[in-house]
Amino acid sequence: MSHRVPGEPLVGRRAADPPGAGPVVGVLALQGDVLEHLRILRAVGARAVAVKRPEELGALDGLVIPGGESTTIGKLAEMYGLMHPLRGLLADGLPAFGTCAGAILLGRVALGNDGQPSGQPLLGVMDTVVRRNAFGRQVDSFEADLDIPGVDGGPLHAVFIRAPWIEETGPDVEVLATVDPPDREGRPTGDKVVLARQGRILASAFHPELTGDDRLHRLFVEAIIEGEV
Amino acid sequence: MTEQTQVGTARVKRGLAEMLKGGVIMDVVTPDQAKMAEEAGAVAVMALERVPADIRRDGGVARMSDPDMIDGIVAAVSIPVMAKARIGHFAEAQVLQALGVDYVDESEVLTPADEAHHIDKHAFTVPFVCGATNLGEALRRISEGAAMVRSKGEAGTGNVVEAVRHMRAITGGIRRLATLGGDELYAEAKELRAPVDLVREVAAAGRLPVVLFTAGGIATPADAALMMQLGADGVFVGSGVFKSGDPAKRARAIVEATTYFNDPDVVAKVSRGLGEAMVGINLDTLDPSQRLATRGW
Repeated sequence: MSHRVPGEPLVGRRAADPPGAGPVVGVLALQGDVLEHLRILRAVGARAVAVKRPEELGALDGLVIPGGESTTIGKLAEMYGLMHPLRGLLADGLPAFGTCAGAILLGRVALGNDGQPSGQPLLGVMDTVVRRNAFGRQVDSFEADLDIPGVDGGPLHAVFIRAPWIEETGPDVEVLATVDPPDREGRPTGDKVVLARQGRILASAFHPELTGDDRLHRLFVEAIIEGEV
Repeated sequence: MTEQTQVGTARVKRGLAEMLKGGVIMDVVTPDQAKMAEEAGAVAVMALERVPADIRRDGGVARMSDPDMIDGIVAAVSIPVMAKARIGHFAEAQVLQALGVDYVDESEVLTPADEAHHIDKHAFTVPFVCGATNLGEALRRISEGAAMVRSKGEAGTGNVVEAVRHMRAITGGIRRLATLGGDELYAEAKELRAPVDLVREVAAAGRLPVVLFTAGGIATPADAALMMQLGADGVFVGSGVFKSGDPAKRARAIVEATTYFNDPDVVAKVSRGLGEAMVGINLDTLDPSQRLATRGW
């Protein structure tokens, strides 16, 4: 039977896990760009595995929640009994990295485009209020360079796809990057938080997994190895 | 400080399709159906006036949907909204882009507007998905700028046989390319009627450079699991949901079967008690002139 991750090549073997004793990082594989995270995590030395069942969560040293549709991932996580164990593990300090939909799912509140709480299932382990599709619809999706303190080697090229922004952050949340994209008339719109950290949990509104720039994943995996983020 | 930002890049257009992988996109004709699809876990909805089964039944010219109807669906849900333009009808696509739909489907389900040319999709900020029955057709659509491909199947039949045929033709074509030498790819590109650079790219990667979904005739959770195991990255469901006995339950079941496509226990569980599936049409009783998949060049 096929155990292909959607998007994987139809020819040849799957990319092998790197040898050695890298940390085991699970990518929540209910829906979304799971494959891109698996690849980039393997490239920076993690043993990356796709996880979609509660019994697969116990052995993890870290967790990635990929881009995708946050409503779909949240509903499936609830139906298949993943929400409760994930909340427990994350509360106990399991390092996590959520991109786009993942950042929404990690937060405390998700706002719809009407500015009202969406009521969708969330993990709620990060003290953030995240506004969905905040920059607009797909025709407003964009690429931009971000300066991120602590990330060496020049600006990070970031891809925002129907992206959220982090509208409110609690006292324990550290803001790492903002972006100020012009509106359709070219006017500045003000700084929006697009990368933030709370303890061992990292959330980005953009998709570092889509550019081949592995610096954020490397930071995440190195922090797991060092035992702190 | 205002950053330099770029919209409408290939990465941004193809990127949205990457985010839809492993998901189900459902045809809806009303805001209520759109909400039901979102509630069932759909990753996107396709807004149209009539599902393909009704287009088949009613006959006549099938066109882009009424903008008011599309606006109503856009306002009803938080997930991406797609809408269909006729093959070659770039003015319909311009209207859909102006309405702010998230993806345009240049679709054989509507009556073609041009029997020689597809839309130049590079000229748009909004991304496009196009149907294909084989690898050459898929590559021609990608060369025109499609950011996502779906196998066509035979829409509105509730019969998965054509979806299987087209998915096997595309994936089999990709596997075959990977066996050819570099010098053989020129002749193969001619055979496929596709640009040689794109043929080389697929031969090296072992997959299309864009996401490949499946469509046309998927009516049950097991149909979805079948197509995912055959190499689809995700599933379009048209008439299969809202022409069935219990649309909400069937929609959720197809979503679950698409995520857990390689787990027969899950597919068995969600297949129980779904009520009647859409009746369906046997392809050998379908007049050749009624076949939609032959539209597209």
